[in-house]
Amino acid sequence: MTLDQDAAVARDAGVGRDARFRSDAESEPPGDRPVSPRARRARFERGRLIALAILAVLALLPFLGMPGWLLFLLTIAFSKGLVVLGVVLLLRGDLVSFGHGLYYAAGAYTVGLLLRAGFPVRDAFPLAVLGGVVAALVAALVGLFLARYRGIFFGMLSTAFSMILYSLLLKLYWVTGGTDGIAVRVPTTLGIQPSADLIRVVQYYFVLAIAAGVAYLAYRVVNSPLGFLMRGINDNEIRVEYMGASVRRAIYQTYVLAGALGGLGGALVAVTVGHIAPDLAYWTASGEFIFIALLGGSGSVFAPFIGATVFEMVRNYAFKLSPYTWQMLLGSVLLVIILFAPGGLWSIIERLTQRAAARRAAAADPGTGAGDDKGRGWALSSKP
Amino acid sequence: MGVVLEAVNVVRHFGAVKACDDLSVQLQEGQTVGIVGPNGSGKTTFVNIVTGYVKPTGGQIRFKGDSIIGLEPRKIANLGITRSFQVPQLYTSLTILENMLIALSIRSKQQWGFWRPLRSAARLEEASRLLADFGFTDGIDHKASTLPEGGRKLLDVALSFALQPTILLLDEPTSGVSVDDKFAVMDTLMGVVKHSAITAVFIEHDMDVVARYADRVLVFSEGTILADGTSAEVFANPAVRTHVLGEGV
Ligand SMILES: Nc1ncnc2c1ncn2[C@@H]1O[C@H](COP(=O)(O)OP(=O)(O)OP(=O)(O)O)[C@@H](O)[C@H]1O
Ligand SMILES: [Mg+2]
Repeated sequence: MTLDQDAAVARDAGVGRDARFRSDAESEPPGDRPVSPRARRARFERGRLIALAILAVLALLPFLGMPGWLLFLLTIAFSKGLVVLGVVLLLRGDLVSFGHGLYYAAGAYTVGLLLRAGFPVRDAFPLAVLGGVVAALVAALVGLFLARYRGIFFGMLSTAFSMILYSLLLKLYWVTGGTDGIAVRVPTTLGIQPSADLIRVVQYYFVLAIAAGVAYLAYRVVNSPLGFLMRGINDNEIRVEYMGASVRRAIYQTYVLAGALGGLGGALVAVTVGHIAPDLAYWTASGEFIFIALLGGSGSVFAPFIGATVFEMVRNYAFKLSPYTWQMLLGSVLLVIILFAPGGLWSIIERLTQRAAARRAAAADPGTGAGDDKGRGWALSSKP
Repeated sequence: MGVVLEAVNVVRHFGAVKACDDLSVQLQEGQTVGIVGPNGSGKTTFVNIVTGYVKPTGGQIRFKGDSIIGLEPRKIANLGITRSFQVPQLYTSLTILENMLIALSIRSKQQWGFWRPLRSAARLEEASRLLADFGFTDGIDHKASTLPEGGRKLLDVALSFALQPTILLLDEPTSGVSVDDKFAVMDTLMGVVKHSAITAVFIEHDMDVVARYADRVLVFSEGTILADGTSAEVFANPAVRTHVLGEGV
């Protein structure tokens, strides 16, 4: 065969060559349709706008006559949102950290014990950072062991570690105060010493600023090589290893980061509430974080904060409505969410904004608007 | 041309099955080697041993003169031996493009970065160029799971190729590809591979494909090499004609 004949054979065989490797888009679920670079850019811009708008509204809340208890509730929700953000980073690699109370408590007790020991720095910010650092160190130790496990083993071993801390906090009562816990009095926040009526506002802004900063960090992580590697691990560990990357190291790094977020959240709760107890490490606390992670979803770095806010609200009202059966109400809410929006609350928001964007696109350009079968039908039928 | 890979008396049995039986072979730099042999003759096992997935019970394997026996697959991949799989191994819930971007980030040892985005301009550029070389032009923003079998195979190969290995081992790159498309796929694939200095080894059942693309053919039978030479030499060998061609075609 001559070269030309070869080429002819290849050409014949390659009829519709591009079509051959074009994916079978029909089988793609509607929510997973590919995103063109332009649409991605638009979505990014939209996301940034929404993020800034949300932040602006949140920053204005104290001026809108929000009662102190509501600010307090939001402050707690955002602190917990930080912990849940860590849980979600691990969930993206299919790792259910059912023991994140360990880091939550580690962060909180770092603050409590330091103050109790007469630590000279008595400002909320450095103390919160220290809470995160200590939790990261604990995670760096525990992670050495946990990074080998997957599935139910990972989850249960996480719980086991948190329960070990729980019993230590109970037993070492001469250090930790046992079941009584420790009162946490942090005199200043970023050098500000607020009066009693302003303390909730100052704490709210403090935690809001940290949450916004960390959400941005998490956004970078999720879009970074490491963030994608975690999704790759979720899909196919074999491929990751045969590409020459260490699955264990990726999980370990993410775990340490998630631990740090847990500690930071715990420290902020300690500072805000003013009291800590061993319950922070109890398995129900860890369960709550998983609960919130499912409630919010893992589609965005905002999801954990939305989940935590809704969780705290529902719990608050449910508790007021029926002090004895509030868990049932909470459970029902989660059940409904999982049934109707398996991607969590975030997926509902996403669907709404997408629909709005599609509507706007359709309005701007009726001929090619997204999902406008109707429009095209109309255009055809209007032709003579 | 220097020897890049050397296997000496490699043994691996699974119970009574001799998947690899006293196998010795040397691969030269830049060669394109086709491996043929009946089902169960140990072709995949050979690739599995070289890439560290299966540990041999005896023998020695040297890559550029150094033993790689007992190394983890990840270490071997980093040394410069990568592979594709008989059953494609992809990140199915990620897009075709993202699959490639991950490979490129690992190749440049930037997989631990958590601040800069995976979608950097330079990486995007290289990924789309590489994908285009393998025939993935439009639709690279679709999920890898939506590809037909042949496309999955080729993407698997493209990922292993993107790592810029010294040796690229391809386990049946055209199985699952329709008969009509086989040559087109191999043309694409071998065009890219031969353009580089890579030593490529591909397992293949279709003798026409082997004859056309391999500089050298290894015929496997019961865990050992029955014949070794150019395709013309090998297919003229009487033992091969009865053992392999008789059964295989
Ligand atoms: N992990 C394993 N455990 C048990 N037996 C195995 C294992 N791997 C391979 N074998 C056996 O070793 C023999 C060689 O298998 P191998 O997969 O290497 O064959 P192959 O030449 O690649 O065949 P095919 O053309 O079907 O892919 C087969 O009999 C197989 O059943
Ligand atoms: Mg095989």
